Amino acid sequence: MKMVNLTINNVKVSVEENTTILKAAKKFNMNIPTLCYYEDLDIKSDCRVCVVEVEGKKGLVSSCSTPVVEGMVVNTNSPRVLNARKTIVELILSNHDTNCTTCVKNLRCELQTLARTLGIDENRFPSVFEKCEIDEGNPSIQRNPNLCIKCGRCVDVCNNVQGTSVLAILGRGHNVKVSAVFDEKLSDNFCTFCGQCASVCPVGAITEKDDTDIVWRALTDPKKHVIVQVAPAVRVSLGEEVGQKVGTIVTGKMVAAMKILGFDQVFDTDFAADLTIIEEGNELIQRVTNGGVLPMMTSCCPGWINYAETRYPDILDHISSCKSPQQMFGALAKSYYPKKTGIDPKDIFVVSVMPCTAKKYEAKREEMRVDENSPDVDAVLTTRELGKMIKQMGIDFENLDEKPFDSPFGITTGAAAIFGTTGGVMEAAIRTVYEVVNKKPLEGLDFKELRGLKGIKEAEINLGGKMVKVAVAHTLSMAKILCDQVRNGTSPYAFIEIMTCLGGCIGGGGQPYGTSNTVRQERINSTYSLDASMSLRKSHENPEVIALYKDYLKEPLGKLSHHLLHTHYHDRSSKV
Amino acid sequence: MILKEILQKYPKKDDQLIEILLDYQSAKSNHYISKEEIIEIADYLGIPESKVCSVLSFYTFFSVKPRGKHIIQVCKDVPCYVSSNIDILKIIETELGILVNETTPNQQFTLEFTSCLGCCDVGPVMRINDKIYTHLTADKIKAILSEYRVNM
Repeated sequence: MKMVNLTINNVKVSVEENTTILKAAKKFNMNIPTLCYYEDLDIKSDCRVCVVEVEGKKGLVSSCSTPVVEGMVVNTNSPRVLNARKTIVELILSNHDTNCTTCVKNLRCELQTLARTLGIDENRFPSVFEKCEIDEGNPSIQRNPNLCIKCGRCVDVCNNVQGTSVLAILGRGHNVKVSAVFDEKLSDNFCTFCGQCASVCPVGAITEKDDTDIVWRALTDPKKHVIVQVAPAVRVSLGEEVGQKVGTIVTGKMVAAMKILGFDQVFDTDFAADLTIIEEGNELIQRVTNGGVLPMMTSCCPGWINYAETRYPDILDHISSCKSPQQMFGALAKSYYPKKTGIDPKDIFVVSVMPCTAKKYEAKREEMRVDENSPDVDAVLTTRELGKMIKQMGIDFENLDEKPFDSPFGITTGAAAIFGTTGGVMEAAIRTVYEVVNKKPLEGLDFKELRGLKGIKEAEINLGGKMVKVAVAHTLSMAKILCDQVRNGTSPYAFIEIMTCLGGCIGGGGQPYGTSNTVRQERINSTYSLDASMSLRKSHENPEVIALYKDYLKEPLGKLSHHLLHTHYHDRSSKV
Repeated sequence: MILKEILQKYPKKDDQLIEILLDYQSAKSNHYISKEEIIEIADYLGIPESKVCSVLSFYTFFSVKPRGKHIIQVCKDVPCYVSSNIDILKIIETELGILVNETTPNQQFTLEFTSCLGCCDVGPVMRINDKIYTHLTADKIKAILSEYRVNM
């Protein structure tokens, strides 16, 4: 690689060619402030906050988009640069709802931080801010245009990473705005509620619908028996919300914190993930042996289900009829659990903590009700919302003593632990399906070819003497490739795992802010180390799952399973 | 002309978008592109609807709302502003009884702003459909509008 020599703030440095000024400066510990820039996303250079002075250039240049040149002399903090940056941020603030204390992003807003760093004590410009309507027309995501600074990150994620193209930049010049297509609500536009837009928004313009108040109310209601389930991906990310290092595994402290919050029982969605593998694995075996519709596609991810129902209604019969682990848990919590404990199901309030915003939508689906008058899962919190509640309660998270999950949904396996990462559901399924079909133990439980951040991954497994191909995709633009094959009848696979978010649930739309590929990889590493550390690593060996079938469900795909654990999908492709 | 016929004239390439939009919009008597048509065009070109919407909203000569038979566009840029001692917009608004971005009840006129029309040396200017009118005065505007009214 050719090296380029340049001077940044009087320091002589040497970096690889094609490096941007922004990255070169960062490499030598000089951070240039940015706003629209986001690691791993496209360079937009539309906010102009990262401007620097380059000797010999007439105007200031944006450092995020300008590559270094041999002999370049850069000044990142000259009076001219500082003045320009300050003016830019003041102008943005003059068209922004600056009532910061009532904003969900208060104290974690990138614009607010920037204003403080640049020393904006007063704004020289009069406000031109005009209040617009907030889009609250769905259970998952709230879009508040009054806070939008038109950085374009959400539009980039929605169009280029997910390929869903629900968000667009409309208008021109001063009148430019970010909106759902046709200037409609998100719910009118096939939004999958994946929440990736919310996870990259630098301000409070796109956030999850906050359900913490509903949960606090239930927790303080003496009549309610409040139980909570926690998804696999939350334990490797919640730490970031409470000041721990990226990738810290906080399972025990998380359970302890939730007990302090007042939950009567703290259960593990991993249990339901093991159960999902038993049902889904058996469904796959049945489809393969009885000539059913193949390839079968996973159904755990609600963003993917929203995507398929709106864009690929013709391939819905390929999707496993299994409910997601969240909803399997919910159905059992409102049927088996009251039976076992003698508590009236009407008094049971089920909360789930998910890395996901689409789970809020899923919980509200009509089909997800054992009792048609109330949902199986009453409230869904994101990882961020759980972090918020822990802070509201004033819990000293770091010094908590670790606590185990409660029974009967507390024992889990390594197979369930990896559900939260791309390739994890497939790997967990293979561990079970292989042993059920081949009737012999699987040698080597680690399917390395299904792990990591590659967009589409493939593997081959031997099922009853026949080699079967499987595939894994994450992000909806990758899912599209596999869906098109299924639609055209050219898919070479028997089983396909799809997760909406990059990296899977560990990179979900409800995860802590600042998720980049480096952060994703850390969370993935922690997930696989959890799996490796567990004594049980196959779903069908989970003793509580075995007991559940013995006591209650009787058999996989049986009558009760069908009633409680399976669902159906709808064609929702009509747009007008 | 229906949209399908217009689409058939163009190759299925995303760089044809503006040509298609211009062609179809001028062929329609109410000079706008509807939601259903956006979906059809996006589908034909294999591009997302968000892209079509962004392009439509960027250029002032496109509309996503039904417009009148004649589209009056008044330049709102600085050279026209400084070369004029009258309020062009106000005169047209009073004359037609509508405000900017509105259409007359008989669907004959829509009044809009436009960015620079490139005629700064002969300003103030306005455009009606494809025709540019220069050196505008109050009397001249009234005369031009009555001409269009006669030809209704």
